[in-house]
Amino acid sequence: MTIAELVCPAGTPASLRTAVDAGADAVYCGFRNATNARNFPGLNFSTDELAAAVAYAHSKGAKVLLALNTYPPAGHVDLWRDAADAGARIGVDAFIVADMGVAHYIARRYPDIRLHLSVQAAASSPEAIRYYCDNFNVRRVVLPRILTIPEIRRIAQDIPCEIETFIFGNHGLMVEGRCSLTNYVTGLSTNMDGVCSPAADVEYRRESDGAVSSCLSGFVIDRFASDEMAGYPTICKGRYRAPHRPEGYYAFEEPVSLNLARLLPELIGAGVHAFKIEGRQRSKSYVRSVVSAFRNAVDDIRAGREANIAGLLQLTEGGKETQGAFETKKWR
Amino acid sequence: MTAALTLGPIAYHWPAETRRDFYARIADEAPVDTVYLGEVICSKRAPFFEPDLPDLVERLQRAGKTVVLSSLAEVMLPRERQATRALCEMDGIEIEINNAAGLQARAGAPHRVGPFMNAYNEAAIDWLAQNGATHVCLPHELPRASLAYAAAAASQICVGTEFQVFGRAPLAVSARCYHARAHGRHKDNCQFVCEDDPDGMPLLTADNTPFLRVNGIQTQSESYICLAREIPDLVAIGIGHLRLMPQSIDMVAVATAFRQCLDGVIDGEEAMSRLSLCCGATALSNGFFHRVAGRMLVTGRIAASADGR
Repeated sequence: MTIAELVCPAGTPASLRTAVDAGADAVYCGFRNATNARNFPGLNFSTDELAAAVAYAHSKGAKVLLALNTYPPAGHVDLWRDAADAGARIGVDAFIVADMGVAHYIARRYPDIRLHLSVQAAASSPEAIRYYCDNFNVRRVVLPRILTIPEIRRIAQDIPCEIETFIFGNHGLMVEGRCSLTNYVTGLSTNMDGVCSPAADVEYRRESDGAVSSCLSGFVIDRFASDEMAGYPTICKGRYRAPHRPEGYYAFEEPVSLNLARLLPELIGAGVHAFKIEGRQRSKSYVRSVVSAFRNAVDDIRAGREANIAGLLQLTEGGKETQGAFETKKWR
Repeated sequence: MTAALTLGPIAYHWPAETRRDFYARIADEAPVDTVYLGEVICSKRAPFFEPDLPDLVERLQRAGKTVVLSSLAEVMLPRERQATRALCEMDGIEIEINNAAGLQARAGAPHRVGPFMNAYNEAAIDWLAQNGATHVCLPHELPRASLAYAAAAASQICVGTEFQVFGRAPLAVSARCYHARAHGRHKDNCQFVCEDDPDGMPLLTADNTPFLRVNGIQTQSESYICLAREIPDLVAIGIGHLRLMPQSIDMVAVATAFRQCLDGVIDGEEAMSRLSLCCGATALSNGFFHRVAGRMLVTGRIAASADGR
């Protein structure tokens, strides 16, 4: 059986402490700038905050993984190198990277610090993963959320590094690191700025019939009846019209959350080393509930007991959950 | 100083006969220097196209075009891994790699780097060049200042640079087929419904604003990127190859407008008005280049953006 390490989100120093106290084996976080893919207002860490957070986590036996998982635009590479230098000075346990230039810099400069390949690198085959292992000594790959469990099992047998998979939280539909929908609509880039459907561009507009339009930069991403709860206008979760779907439909995915709690034993059996919980933008209480529930579930499974996962459903988006691609190829 | 014109791979599932006719006309009439062939989006489509490939390569080469074969952007299934390996082990023809699985198979032999490889900066380009890359197509969302920086860095290490100047922006890919989904199917029983939409399936917002286009697993922009006014600037900052993406319009006329603009026969404004005619009702955009929302069309004087990007 693999270690089944629980990797938990930390958007702020407070939620980092919460995640560690709730039983996280590792937390992942980023600096307060474009070097990570959750560059949202009010989130992330200064250098001093990260130093304090690493000290706290290490004192409790937890690891800190620093996300440097965006793509530096040409001429701005130093921001990412400086972030790597700061992370190394502070003593983070691993860097999570996507860009080959950033990976090469860290592999050469800090060969003793572990490199994890971010989901933003979109490595979804043994050959692609081996490319990063062979060239940058990547020790763990975070797999895109597009593979079935039998496919994960086959990959695990074919690569020389550990596997981390997402098990809970927001369910991104596009291949991570290959999506410029937000930049097309708002002028801020997911890959270069770490921004996705930014709150500053969101507007909820009341229509004359009482409906509420959920808009991003003036585009109606979804429209809700007056008695429905209006959802956040994430472009890949919008309701659009198409020639065969004049009534409007969720062209990419329903607004659901990923929840693989039921599949944990199978994922462990497939050779997954670490489970990642999404949600650096989430509240402390959310982090506490989800991390505790998964801590108990993983401990139960490792002890050969049936895991109790009922409490997790109420935390998923609108109470609706999916096992996404992991359960069946028909998701595709 | 000038630049070469290239024709990128067809992103859509055009019937084999349409493709043959299209490339025959490109060979005879389009003033492009390089043509990229191959299925980049969906591995299920490749068998329809592959039997014609040797003839198309020969036809285009005979017309004086450089022909490059492009690899799949997404590599996950056994048939995709196999196709990528087979392509990347070829010699005797240039290849463009769009996935790290292809880089692994190529093992440092010379190749071009495609737009899906995310070569955003000089450090990534330098790394790729050390490992066999001779030419890089830069990501479509890079703004002018970064393009200039990347082009200067690439030129110092003798790596060619390319950038998309025409056609729908390749905004996203997914493992899921959204064409199949729109028809209540999934990828394995799609029945190739994407063939019905040779310029992508339109998605409109709830208030009927044209917004995005679906092309199988790919999501594209509703607008066509059109960097005709920017041609002198692109040449000046050292982008050596300008890429036109095939759309279901008169691509010979599109290529001719760009060629004449590059040659100084017509100016950017004249090129824009000719291209607007070619594109019918489809909106044109150049926002990514100008560091504003990609969908926008900046028509004023080209100014450096405040943050230097």
